[in-house]
Order: sequence, then structure tokens, then C-alpha cells
Amino acid sequence: MSTQTLEKTVDKKPAEAAFSKRRKKFVNDPLSEDNPITIQVLGICSALAVTTQMKPTLTMAISVIFVMVFSNLIISLMRSLVPTRVRIIVQLAVIATLVTLVSEVLKAYQYDMYKELSVFVGLIITNCIVMGRLEAFALANKPWDSVLDAIGNGLGYSWIILAVAFFREIFGSGKLFGWPLFEAMGIENFPTNGLMVTPVGAFFILGLIIWVQRTKTGYVEH
Amino acid sequence: MQQSNTYIIVFSAVLTIILGGLLSLANQGLKPMQQKSVELDTKKKILSAVTDLKGKKGNEVLELYGETIESIVVDLEGVVVEKDEKGADIIAENVDVAKNFKKGPEERLYPVFKYHKEGNKEAVEAYIFPVYGRGLWGPIWGFIALETDLNTIKGTSFDHKTETPGLGARITTAEISNRYHGKRLFDDGGNLISIMMLKGENNASSALDDHHIDGMSGATLTANGVNEMLESYFEYYKSYIENTKKTTGQKVALLY
Repeated sequence: MSTQTLEKTVDKKPAEAAFSKRRKKFVNDPLSEDNPITIQVLGICSALAVTTQMKPTLTMAISVIFVMVFSNLIISLMRSLVPTRVRIIVQLAVIATLVTLVSEVLKAYQYDMYKELSVFVGLIITNCIVMGRLEAFALANKPWDSVLDAIGNGLGYSWIILAVAFFREIFGSGKLFGWPLFEAMGIENFPTNGLMVTPVGAFFILGLIIWVQRTKTGYVEH
Repeated sequence: MQQSNTYIIVFSAVLTIILGGLLSLANQGLKPMQQKSVELDTKKKILSAVTDLKGKKGNEVLELYGETIESIVVDLEGVVVEKDEKGADIIAENVDVAKNFKKGPEERLYPVFKYHKEGNKEAVEAYIFPVYGRGLWGPIWGFIALETDLNTIKGTSFDHKTETPGLGARITTAEISNRYHGKRLFDDGGNLISIMMLKGENNASSALDDHHIDGMSGATLTANGVNEMLESYFEYYKSYIENTKKTTGQKVALLY
């Protein structure tokens, strides 16, 4: 069969370095040039909802990275086994299982965080970034490449929501990770902005980040 | 590549079994820890109505709870209930106030938590009453601590499921619960007036008295839910409160 011969020729090549130039691109690209939130405009829902404070946002970021890395890895390992006609269902089943695991672990060890994030952990399942990467990348690439791709996109998502949360927590509640920043600086009556606490605030910050980024990279929507 | 239907069905079935098995394993394995977390959370809420728990670790909270809280369960008549209809002991901490909320007021069980100072089991410092009600979007609940006169508010702690962050969800903050401090539920004649949270924020101080507190701007409907919750639940606790007042009154009288 033709595929077998093809694999054999690939085998003869010297093994590619774990972090070759091509592979570094998987991680670096989604951080800015191909960012899932600011360029592809995916995962906006959770970017608005969980970013009022740094702490829940960090938990969310870690959860999403975990789910992305393992779902990409699992799907990539099974990519030749997955029947094409039910692949979306298979992807969903894998993501849902991982998300439920995250939610159960949070409930056991971080109950306060579990209560605060409540439905949003469950909603990682519907986060377009996760399924988008499975469909676009993991189904067609090798496991290690897929893991790198997941890390890249997960970090791309994380740094944006953390940046949004940073500004929202500072201007919305005058704190950072729950630590009273302005009081420590000696400013007693910092006028906090109620708008920043509501999801509308996230739209403004996100819009500003996208603006700055597109001015820098010169990216234009086609 | 087109797979046969049999392959697809077998693949899906195997995948489901593996993933399902994994999840039930995780669920079983984590259950004890989860139950502990839920228990700790409830006890934290109860204690935070009377004391500041800042900086206390989980184990310290449980220890403090064991030393300072004595719990009983009463019915609508204010009579202490110790056994359920099957004869099993009723434990106040295990009474699900949310489930009881669905029953009629006469059938509900009402837990009461008595707070002692550490090391002194005799003198009650405060009575803590769980309350439960409807907010704007979903359930709200809380613990109300009363001074030994069973009238003045010593402290409160509220929680909610789905109130709007930044608006109704502010009921969980210390800022809101402190507004209840020192307010009174009953008038001098012993009639229940309850405590009303007003509409709007920064009300004139003339509008605020023993039975009225400043409201939450933009969250009047949540505030209405809190008002209703307090009024209805203290109506239910009224018999217990009156009974207790009588007996403690007698004790005081005996001392003289």
C-alpha cells in the first residue's frame, strides 16, 4: 500500500529535534500572530465571563491548557482509528471527559474556586479553541506536534485572559490577586470603576488589546 | 477513508465504556475529599456569621467549629427534634435547608447553631440561624447570627448561586453583611418587624433605623429576595426564639 511505503521513507530521515524551528512555530505563532482570541476571535465567552479577577482567571487558564494538551494528545494518538463520520462526537466525548475530570478535581481540592467558576469550567467543553485545534490540527498531525500546538494555543488564550483580568481587577476592584494594591501604595480612596466588574468592561479591554496588537503586527481582516 | 458501520458502532461503544469508566473511577476516588470540602464550606459560612476567619486554614476552621458550635434542630413550633420518622438521629449540619425549602413550612426542619466562646460550653454567645430564599436569578441563602437577646444582629453571611456579579452578588461581601450589624428584628413589644434593605444606595441616614438598612444600587430585586428571606424565616423561627427567651429569662431570674 502506498501509505506504508511513504511511512518507510519518513522513517529513514534522521529524527527531527524535539524543538526544531518548525515545531517552535507551533508554540510561538498562537502567542501573537495567530492568537486564538485576538486574531481568530474564538473563546470570547469565557474571556468575558471569568476575567473579573486574576485568581479565577489563572485557574481557568490552567484548566484550559490541561484540557487542550491532553485532548490534542489523545485525539492525535487515535487519529488513524477515529471514524471520520463520527469524529466530532469522538472529539466532544474526549473533551467532555477531561473537563469533567478538571471540574471534579477542583471540587475536591479547590472548592472556593469551584464555586466561583461554577458553570464556566463546564463550558470549556464549548470553548471553540479546544475543538478547533482538534479538528484543524490534532486529527492530521503527530502526537508531539499536537501537544506543542495545544501548549501554544493554550498559552495564547491564557495570556490574553490574564491581561484582561489584570486590568479589570485593578480598575474594577483596586486589587491584584485579591491583594489591595492601591491601599498598599498609600492611596486610600481609589475610585474603582463598576463598569470593569461587569462583562462590558472585558469588551473594552479586549478591544483595546486587539487594537494595539493589530497596529503593531499590521494584521488586517480579509 | 470510509469505515463500515460496524466499525463505527464498536469504536463508539468502546470509547464510551473507557471514558465512562474513567469518570466513575475519578468520581468515586474524589468523593471523600469533595464531601469534606462541602462540609468545610458550610462550617466556614456558619462561623463567618459570628467571627472573622481570615487566614485560618481548613483544619483550624474545623477544629474551631468543633469547639465552639453546638447544633440543634427545631420544628415550626420551636420544639427540639432529635429523631426523624425512621428513628435515626438528625444532625443539624446534615439538614439540607435547600431541600427543606421545597416542603411546607410546617414540615421543614430548622437547624439552629449555638456559638460559645472557646472553652466555655455553658454560656451561649450567639445564636446562628440558617435562612434560604429566592434571589433574582436563583436561590440565595445565608446564616444570621443573633446576640443573646435573640433580637440584635451580631453578624450575617450570605451566599447565592447565580446573582449578577458586581450587583446582586455583592450580598456575599463584608460591606453588605456589615450593614446588618446591630440592627434589630423585633420591636419592643416582641413583634417581628424584620430588617428591610432599601431601594438604591446612599439613602439618607434618616431613612435608616433599627429595621432599615441601605440598599444595593442596581440590585433591588436581589435585595427584595433577601428581605423576604429574612422576614419569612424569622417568622418560622419565632416560636423557638420566644421559647428560648422564656427559658433563659427564667434562668436569669433564678440567679437573682
